[in-house]
Amino acid sequence: MSGPNTEYDPVQVTPLDADQVEAMREAAVAAIAAASDLESLKAVRLEHVGDRSPLALANREIGALPPQARKDAGQRIGQARGAVNKALAERQVQLEAEHEERMLVEETVDVTLPTDRARRGSRHPITLQSELIADIFVAMGWEIAEGPVVEAEWLNFDALNLGPDHPARTMQDTFWTEPADHHVVLRTQTSPVQARTMLTRTPPIYVACPGRVFRTDEYDATHSPMFHQVEGLVVDEGITMAHLKGSLDHLASQLFGDGIDTRFRPSYFPFTEPSAEVDVRCFVCRGVDSDSCRTCRGEGWIEWGGCGVVNPRVLVACGVDPETYSGFAFGMGIDRSFMFRHNLEDLRPLFEGDVRFSSAFGSEI
Amino acid sequence: MKTPLSWITEYVDVPDHVSTDELTARLTLTGLKLEGIHSPGAAITGPLVVGRVLTMEPEPQKNGKTINWCTVDVADANGTGEPQGIVCGAHNFAPGDLVVVVLPGGVLPGGFEISARKTYGHVSSGMICSAAELGLGDDHDGIIVLPADAGKPGEDVRPLLGLDEEIIEFEINPDRAYALSLRGIAREVLVSVDGASGFRDPALRDTPAANDQGHPVVVEDPTGCPVFVARTVTGFDPTSPTPDFIAQRLTAAGMRPISLAVDVTNYVMLETGRPIHGYDADALQGPIVVRRARAGERLTTLDGTARTLSDEDLVVTDDSGIIGLGGVMGGESTEMSATTTRVLVEAAHWDATSMFRTGRRHKITSEAGKRNERGVDATICEAAADRVVELLTTYGGGQVDPGVTVVGTPPQMPTITVAGDRAARVSGLDISEERAVEALRAVGCEVTGTGTLEVTPPPWRPDLTDPQDTTEEVIRLVGYDTIPSVLPKAPGGRGLTRTQLLRRRIGRTMAGAGYVEVVTFPFVGDHDLDALGLPADDPRRTTLRLSNPLSSEAPGMTTTLLPALLRTAGKNVGLGTTSVAIFEAAPVTLPRATEPAPILPVDRRPTDAELDALTKALPDQPLHLGVVATGEAEAAGWWGDGRAVSWSDAVDAVQVVAEALGLDLTSRPADTAPWHPGRCAALLLGDVLVGHAGELHPRVCAAFGLPPRSVAAEVDLDVMLEHAVHLRPSPTFSSYPVAKEDVALVVDETVAAADVEAALREGAGPLLESIRLFDVYTGEQVGEGKKSLAFALRFRAPDRTLKEGESSAARDAAVRVAAERTGAVQR
Ligand SMILES: [Zn+2]
Repeated sequence: MSGPNTEYDPVQVTPLDADQVEAMREAAVAAIAAASDLESLKAVRLEHVGDRSPLALANREIGALPPQARKDAGQRIGQARGAVNKALAERQVQLEAEHEERMLVEETVDVTLPTDRARRGSRHPITLQSELIADIFVAMGWEIAEGPVVEAEWLNFDALNLGPDHPARTMQDTFWTEPADHHVVLRTQTSPVQARTMLTRTPPIYVACPGRVFRTDEYDATHSPMFHQVEGLVVDEGITMAHLKGSLDHLASQLFGDGIDTRFRPSYFPFTEPSAEVDVRCFVCRGVDSDSCRTCRGEGWIEWGGCGVVNPRVLVACGVDPETYSGFAFGMGIDRSFMFRHNLEDLRPLFEGDVRFSSAFGSEI
Repeated sequence: MKTPLSWITEYVDVPDHVSTDELTARLTLTGLKLEGIHSPGAAITGPLVVGRVLTMEPEPQKNGKTINWCTVDVADANGTGEPQGIVCGAHNFAPGDLVVVVLPGGVLPGGFEISARKTYGHVSSGMICSAAELGLGDDHDGIIVLPADAGKPGEDVRPLLGLDEEIIEFEINPDRAYALSLRGIAREVLVSVDGASGFRDPALRDTPAANDQGHPVVVEDPTGCPVFVARTVTGFDPTSPTPDFIAQRLTAAGMRPISLAVDVTNYVMLETGRPIHGYDADALQGPIVVRRARAGERLTTLDGTARTLSDEDLVVTDDSGIIGLGGVMGGESTEMSATTTRVLVEAAHWDATSMFRTGRRHKITSEAGKRNERGVDATICEAAADRVVELLTTYGGGQVDPGVTVVGTPPQMPTITVAGDRAARVSGLDISEERAVEALRAVGCEVTGTGTLEVTPPPWRPDLTDPQDTTEEVIRLVGYDTIPSVLPKAPGGRGLTRTQLLRRRIGRTMAGAGYVEVVTFPFVGDHDLDALGLPADDPRRTTLRLSNPLSSEAPGMTTTLLPALLRTAGKNVGLGTTSVAIFEAAPVTLPRATEPAPILPVDRRPTDAELDALTKALPDQPLHLGVVATGEAEAAGWWGDGRAVSWSDAVDAVQVVAEALGLDLTSRPADTAPWHPGRCAALLLGDVLVGHAGELHPRVCAAFGLPPRSVAAEVDLDVMLEHAVHLRPSPTFSSYPVAKEDVALVVDETVAAADVEAALREGAGPLLESIRLFDVYTGEQVGEGKKSLAFALRFRAPDRTLKEGESSAARDAAVRVAAERTGAVQR
């Protein structure tokens, strides 16, 4: 690198000549324009803008000039370098944009390829059905009560007005545990939860009790030794069968659709008196032109469950004063409700554990 | 209870405009639920006519059989008036007899189409029918021969055979035993159907007064047998056939006709509801004595079963010993037979509870027992016995013996005191006291008083004992269909409990982690526990056993969710789903030594101590979470290889649940069945063991049909839920720059990574923000029996930028502690 050359005659310094500077500028601008990609633009930058580029070298000579000439040359070279830098920057932006565009095209993938790397889980439809029912009751201000599956005989039967010699005990085929004189059973209904609720809380009581129950039924398309029930219990002052009907109509419409209601037929349950069977209006045909309806088999109604006014004997055994309070109770199968709501004719898929069954429902039913 | 409609209308008049559908709909609304309406001829279509046999030519066949080539007059029914040629294999008829002929074009039950066809060298144009071919029972002993005056040839035979009869089947609730009779059903028609009238009580008849000439009877236990009536028929012809109307009605009711004597007792039971027993009077030795059995006494009942009796069983005896289980089943020694000519008819009232217990003790269900244990009208014994002897002598000849034995008197019906407005208050309907009284009188109650009613039920309604019973009677007659729909207003509830919400969260978390929920039965057997490889002393082998399991293979309540989940996973693999990840959250049953659960009184609330005793008698039933996975955790695809499930997936399944509950679980190596002894983690919450997770023992995989390296986890969710973090504090974090330090430590292969990490964490001090193990290396570079664990440590101060050297000093301190505790050497 040379220092200032004081012996030079300024006019003889060729690089500072106006034409020469212009030529350098043009050469640089042309090279910039000719650069076809970012790589070649980098080379052009080294050659025309770098420390050893003609304009940079010319700039270094300026100090050797007399003051007047120095100013002219400085201005000239400064303008030329400015123009080159500007062209360079513009070309840089342009080439970067072109590069990006090309790159994005090259990176195109087939977005229709499958994406299911991770396993998909799901919940069991009966769990979902139970939660849906529970939510309907909670929305009414009721609470959800629970109790053990292996239960004391007294709570499963005696407290519910099913004494040891009650003929109705033979209606329920009970799993007994050993030793028999321990009086412990697999609960045949979720009613012991109602008894437990009355025994541990004071009215007003508004509870629903969903859960597993057991009967000694051979496993077939319509029977299972284990199934799911939901029962409701209300104990309050002035409770009537009209309140029972209102609650069941509400549950029916929430579960099966607006306008779906229930009807009562006299029946017999030791736990309640008066007792009724509950039929729910067929949500497919709504009881109109039912003859060809497969869901209700032409009845217009579907058998849903049992209900009634809590027998005062039950209130007494559970510590509720029948002079002050009255109540109603009802119960229905969750599996059965699910089966006709979702058109399932054979209940066994609910308990077979074939993952294709649960998966079909995902996490919502 | 099945009965022909015509039998009902024998006792009550129904207006002509009331169709069968309307009648049964009304009865259903008041409590006699229609099960179905059947018609015996429903499956028969086409011409079914009376024929008169004109000629019959027996023709022996090569196969040894003889057929009859018959010509039968069916008048114009065949369109020609010419005799019909028919081949018939039966021989119990003769020319001139009237028979039942189905002509070509007819269809018999079972879809059996009749056409003219060539057989045995003739063209047989139709068929002469047996009762079985018409679906009228299983009598194959020949064709039906109609009475000579039954009708004219060519007439439709359906009305003659009752084939068009509508048979109504009711479902009778256990409290309505009175409706297990025509008497009760007709009475229900009277009170339920508008316009029904003219009730004729079949049990209302003049009966001869009791005298001392009847068969001697002593009742030693009048509580068990309040009334015993005995009548005798002599000179009875045991070969007399049962009249058609009795046989048809019994068949319609689902009872098989047996012999006239037996059929008549059954007929009167259906008619009046009163079970009757008939004895071969010649087989009786001395007076009849009714008493309780002595424990251990034996009796062979007429079903041929030898039974050992209990001292609670009521028995009928004579000088020979016990001759019957009173009210439940007679004995073999005095059974009526084909030679019985003297019949002693017993119509006795028995204690319902005793009947129920005896029936259950000896596992006898019978039509008689069904009625006796639910309650029968105690006042109609004499009428029923009288009706039996009338029918026996009418159709079987002989004479009614003048002796009439009546022992005891019917028990008094209780009087129920009930408020006149109770039905209105219970139903929410506007039911006046007058309407209530009217309804009670309609069902036969005597009612006195106003405001407070004194109600005495009729003797056929022993089910009416409480105010709620009479209330139901009133409301059902007013009509359940008139009850309005009113939503009760619950006080503000607390919504789902925290535990209920968390259980839902656990289910969603598991589904989100890719697991499919299943529901399995909780029954288990030794075979399952053996397959898990549980050692003999494993507490999970102690199950609560069922006295009456559905399968002897699975007699216990399971202590672990894994057998059912492993079986389910194996079944899925067998069905071609090779990658399976399932879970179940359900209670298990862990027995404990307990006192029996008391049977508490029901006339008061149990004391808290009594309730406590109930609770203590039950086994522990903790909620468990079970997880099983096999195949790929991540599928292979265009993106590359899949990832097989590993022990770590099982641990992580529990970890994600723990995180959802805000819990920090730690892992320790464990050796527990059914897991691989070197690949099983015990999961702990502090010092509390929550469960285990890891790879299954190869033998367990094989036992359940699962591929090797399948994984599983089982934890106690109750413990986790109990510790779930309720209120989580907001986190604070530093915004100053982070300093990262990586260390690789060589330790013995047996050293747990968690121990090394814990040592590092402790040594690193308060500046440590996080630590993460990012690589495990074994191989030549670290030497035999060693492994290298690479950790990434992040340091940060809450209030300042760390100074040069601070983080490396903390790292070195961490390594020092790790070296002291675990012998770690930095690489
Ligand atoms: Zn329908």
